[in-house]
Amino acid sequence: MNKWVPQDFWTRNETLVSGVIVLFCVAATLSDPLFLSVTTLSDLLRASIVIGILAIGAMLVLVSGGIDVSFTAIAVFAMYSATVFSLAVWPDMPWPVIFLISTAIGALLGAINGVFIAFFGLPTLIVTLGTLSVFRGFLLTFIGSQRISALPPEMRDFSRGVIARGTTEAGSFYSFPWALAALVAVIVLTWFILHKTMLGRSIYAIGGSTESARRLGINVKATQFFVYVYVGALAGLAGIIHGSMGRMADPFSLVGLELSVIAAVVLGGARLIGGYGTLTGTLLGVALIVIVQNSLIVVGIPTTWQSVAIGLLILIGTGVPAYRAKRAATRAG
Amino acid sequence: MSDVGEHAFIDLAGITKRYAGVTALDGVDFTVQPGEAVCLAGENGSGKSTLIKIISGVEKLTEGRIRIGGKDRPVLNPRISAAAGVMVIFQDFSLFPNLSVYENIAFATQLSAHRRLYERDKAREIAREALDRIGVKIDLDVRVESLPVAHKQLVAICRALASQAKLIIMDEPTTALTEKEVRRLLGIIRRLKEDGVAVIFVSHKLAEVLEVSEKVVVLRNGKKVAEGPASEFDTQSLAYHMTGREMPETPPSAVPAGAKTLMRVDNLAKQGSFADINFELNAGEVLGITGLLGSGRTSLAKALFGLVAPDRGSIQVDGRDVATGDPIAACYAGIGYVPEDRLTEGLFLSQSIVRNVAIGRLDKHSGSGGFLKASAMIEEAAGWLKRLKVKAPDIDAPVQSLSGGNQQRVVLARWLSRAPRVLILNGPSVGVDVGSKADIHSIIRDLSAEGIGVIVISDDLPELLATSHRILVMRDGRVTDEVAGNSVTEEELAHRLAS
Amino acid sequence: MTVQGQKMSFTRSPEFRLLIIACAVFVFMSLLSPDRFLSGQNLTSMAFQFPEFAILALAMTITMMTGGIDLSVVGVANLSAVVAALILTQLAGPEMATGPSLIWLGFAVAAALCIGAAAGLVNGSLVAFFGLPPILATLGSGLVFTGLAIAMTGGSAVMGFPATVAWIGNESLLGVPVPLILFGLLALGLHLLLTKTAFGLRVTMYGANPLAALYAAVNINRVLLKVYVIAGMLASSAGLVIMSRANSAKADYGSSYLLLAVLIAVLGGVNPYGGYGRVIGVVLAVLSMQFLSSGLNMLQVSNFARELIWGVLLIFVMVINSNAIGRGFFARAKPTKSS
Repeated sequence: MNKWVPQDFWTRNETLVSGVIVLFCVAATLSDPLFLSVTTLSDLLRASIVIGILAIGAMLVLVSGGIDVSFTAIAVFAMYSATVFSLAVWPDMPWPVIFLISTAIGALLGAINGVFIAFFGLPTLIVTLGTLSVFRGFLLTFIGSQRISALPPEMRDFSRGVIARGTTEAGSFYSFPWALAALVAVIVLTWFILHKTMLGRSIYAIGGSTESARRLGINVKATQFFVYVYVGALAGLAGIIHGSMGRMADPFSLVGLELSVIAAVVLGGARLIGGYGTLTGTLLGVALIVIVQNSLIVVGIPTTWQSVAIGLLILIGTGVPAYRAKRAATRAG
Repeated sequence: MSDVGEHAFIDLAGITKRYAGVTALDGVDFTVQPGEAVCLAGENGSGKSTLIKIISGVEKLTEGRIRIGGKDRPVLNPRISAAAGVMVIFQDFSLFPNLSVYENIAFATQLSAHRRLYERDKAREIAREALDRIGVKIDLDVRVESLPVAHKQLVAICRALASQAKLIIMDEPTTALTEKEVRRLLGIIRRLKEDGVAVIFVSHKLAEVLEVSEKVVVLRNGKKVAEGPASEFDTQSLAYHMTGREMPETPPSAVPAGAKTLMRVDNLAKQGSFADINFELNAGEVLGITGLLGSGRTSLAKALFGLVAPDRGSIQVDGRDVATGDPIAACYAGIGYVPEDRLTEGLFLSQSIVRNVAIGRLDKHSGSGGFLKASAMIEEAAGWLKRLKVKAPDIDAPVQSLSGGNQQRVVLARWLSRAPRVLILNGPSVGVDVGSKADIHSIIRDLSAEGIGVIVISDDLPELLATSHRILVMRDGRVTDEVAGNSVTEEELAHRLAS
Repeated sequence: MTVQGQKMSFTRSPEFRLLIIACAVFVFMSLLSPDRFLSGQNLTSMAFQFPEFAILALAMTITMMTGGIDLSVVGVANLSAVVAALILTQLAGPEMATGPSLIWLGFAVAAALCIGAAAGLVNGSLVAFFGLPPILATLGSGLVFTGLAIAMTGGSAVMGFPATVAWIGNESLLGVPVPLILFGLLALGLHLLLTKTAFGLRVTMYGANPLAALYAAVNINRVLLKVYVIAGMLASSAGLVIMSRANSAKADYGSSYLLLAVLIAVLGGVNPYGGYGRVIGVVLAVLSMQFLSSGLNMLQVSNFARELIWGVLLIFVMVINSNAIGRGFFARAKPTKSS
């Protein structure tokens, strides 16, 4: 029976991406021994928090067989309006409340996507493209278009909180912010939903075959709706963390990042046709994108070549499996 | 009938179903006892799918009474029906390719338990139990997408069993199986019957399942036209009841002596699909190729048209080599191919009828700068549609508005307009009604009379006997037999196919 | 899905709905502020504004007809513009006399179109030969093209062209703005290509059912390559218009145009799953968008509100069309995945 178990370890995206990351780290360490340090690690982790949370949401949508490009707009909308609300109503609002508000706003906006996708049955790309414009336009028109650097004090306090900090022997500073805990919490929660609940399994099932799911009695609409609400909530959380850590509520930030985030997820093995995608792969994809964005210079590639590098990674990372699948399909006849 | 109905698991009386004026079912009585296997036979459009949809709660009936499990069911929906133990295994099995075997088997059970949490160990246990019940070993952890078709079907059966099925309805269960797999399936069905599980086979090809069945019910035009013990039916009588007429088709007239060789295939082979394929096709000859599913007949058909690249061997048309693995080269060499699956491979469903024909002749009608000479193109296409007697009120209507037989003629028209030397027809009458089937056969005879070489690939033996001068029988990727079309009976051919 | 059939009464087509929308928006805006909206100045300025993204929408349209998408159009536009700009600044320079500068302009335009064709060839190959989904292929290649433009310029704007360059984007011919003429010609060309040629019919048929196209012996790889090359060249034409109007070229110009181009194509009735699309619909969609945004401008509505309204318009039209496209979505989303 073993012939049905593809020894797919070597052909998995996870393996490929890990390999590239290791290669990159080796090359970076060779050219700069200081690269392999806790400082680099803390910098990279810090840069991964927001994109990581967003990517987990994007992965969930891909697994369910859809695609969402509006989550960055949701993140900014939720972050900015939660900040504005807090400043207007209760500037000393404790940060957990602000975070909760932002997450709730995100969930609400996600629900709007969910209604159009699950209940009207509109194509996901087009709907989220539309809501991307709507959310962003609404934010900038009616809520505000000014950068706010005088954040509620509690948000600033949050960004100062660290799990650990210190100085390496080489004299460089490092810190691990509490926001990392949020990423970990999101990972754990999403893992639990995807692997330990019928809801999570239904998401995979719908992505695998919507028609079969319907015949089996899975509530396809409710499941899809949940996915978009959850993704919205994650985006709201990511947004407020982004604002707090950057110590600024910038209504123009994040939007434009959506395709890079989706690229990270796809690099990690999620497929656009739905049904496939893992947390490990997604996080590895995020790690790769973040490393390339932050450390390209270390291996001697000028930062101006960053886009080219990421673009090529996407083409190779998705092209190799696609080409292999195409070959296999023609060979099978 | 009511005395039987007392104990029957399914007891339908006077079932009538009308869709907007069309009567799909007309006063059908139908019973299934626990542990009984029933063959429900009928042509496409006979009402057998409607009957299944009514039992499984997908469609509401217009008139009649339904009892399932001894209870009247005035209100029926898929959930109630499933809860009563009625499980349908669709032809595509409705599995999740991306999920593991055990999860596929246990999904419905866990779903109906209304638990929010997913219990992996429980799921594995459910799956293992179900597999044990039919005595089959399949690795629980592999993804269903990597399973062969026969195993997918077993997974679907296990899923039904895991959900406490009392009646399993199988839609065309044997079409995708090899002889060996059919035998295993029949063994499993016997075990299920001993367990008290009833089975309904829905099919238009029932010979294979007759031996495990107790009863045969034949529908035609929404009415029950025959019912009786399975032992009283054979392939001929089934065909007679299903179609309502004997089909005396004129056998093909002999190939003119001295006809020249049109196509020559030498040593064609493809790892894992077929090997050592050698044959010649003369002008005006109809060559049948048959074999069970998995015998390599479809791969061979695709290879002849360049859709599958063979590992070695050559194809010649009119003495000239045709590049293999390239459909465009095959097309320009004068080979045409009418695919098996009309809806996904043959037609552009949303596009107009005339476009579906004209797509084959774009080069001919391209003028300077690539501009199409539209009127000539439409005229030619319309001419072919008329020649093939396509009944279409409006040739600009989408091709999906046509019936199966007319759709098949549209695909034929596309290829005939190219004046092919060799035409390959893969399953030419799958899913077309009886009348059209006879028409398509007569078109095939006409083509051969015009000197075209025709290759008919089919598992429909009467069809092959009615059309072919010569029949190649394939098994395990090799040609195991070659018979002259007028020298065998259907039984002999079936025997050669399976032995 | 009768919408996809060839013959359909015009009044029931999505294009007719769009015509009504376009007229309604025009009339509404005219009534709201007749003296300003209908002023010659406003009409001219509209005619200068929309061609650049409208041409990008044409590029999007032809790829969507095959069931694909081209997310690299803005990257291609900017890369082409940067290459043309480098030629014009390094080899020609702002002081050059009109005569020789015209020759260099011609050379720069040719180079830009070649870049567009090459980029399209890359996209087409990725889709046709490597089997990449168009979304991913063009997402990745778009980053590469943008990245190359950044690498060539260091991320800053390239400026200092001969005066003749401004002609493309800012002059009028017989009172008609040159960009509008350009767009008109390209739109007409694409319309003829899609409706009157064998290639156009192949594109539509491939979009309707790629597998059937293969079985009908259509050379599908060649169709895909041509489609993406045409899209690339349209994108580079848009890049030249943007360059001329901005009198400079930069790697990140027009970044909002990508979504706008998708939006216009979908609004114009192009089925994102392939097989249906008409240039006239896209043109009407462009006009509606431009009337709307221009009118809103008069009413002192901010750019951001325009974005909001575009999004609402897109979803609104989708909901109206949902019978047609929604069914198409379910019919085509996953044809072979249920086993």
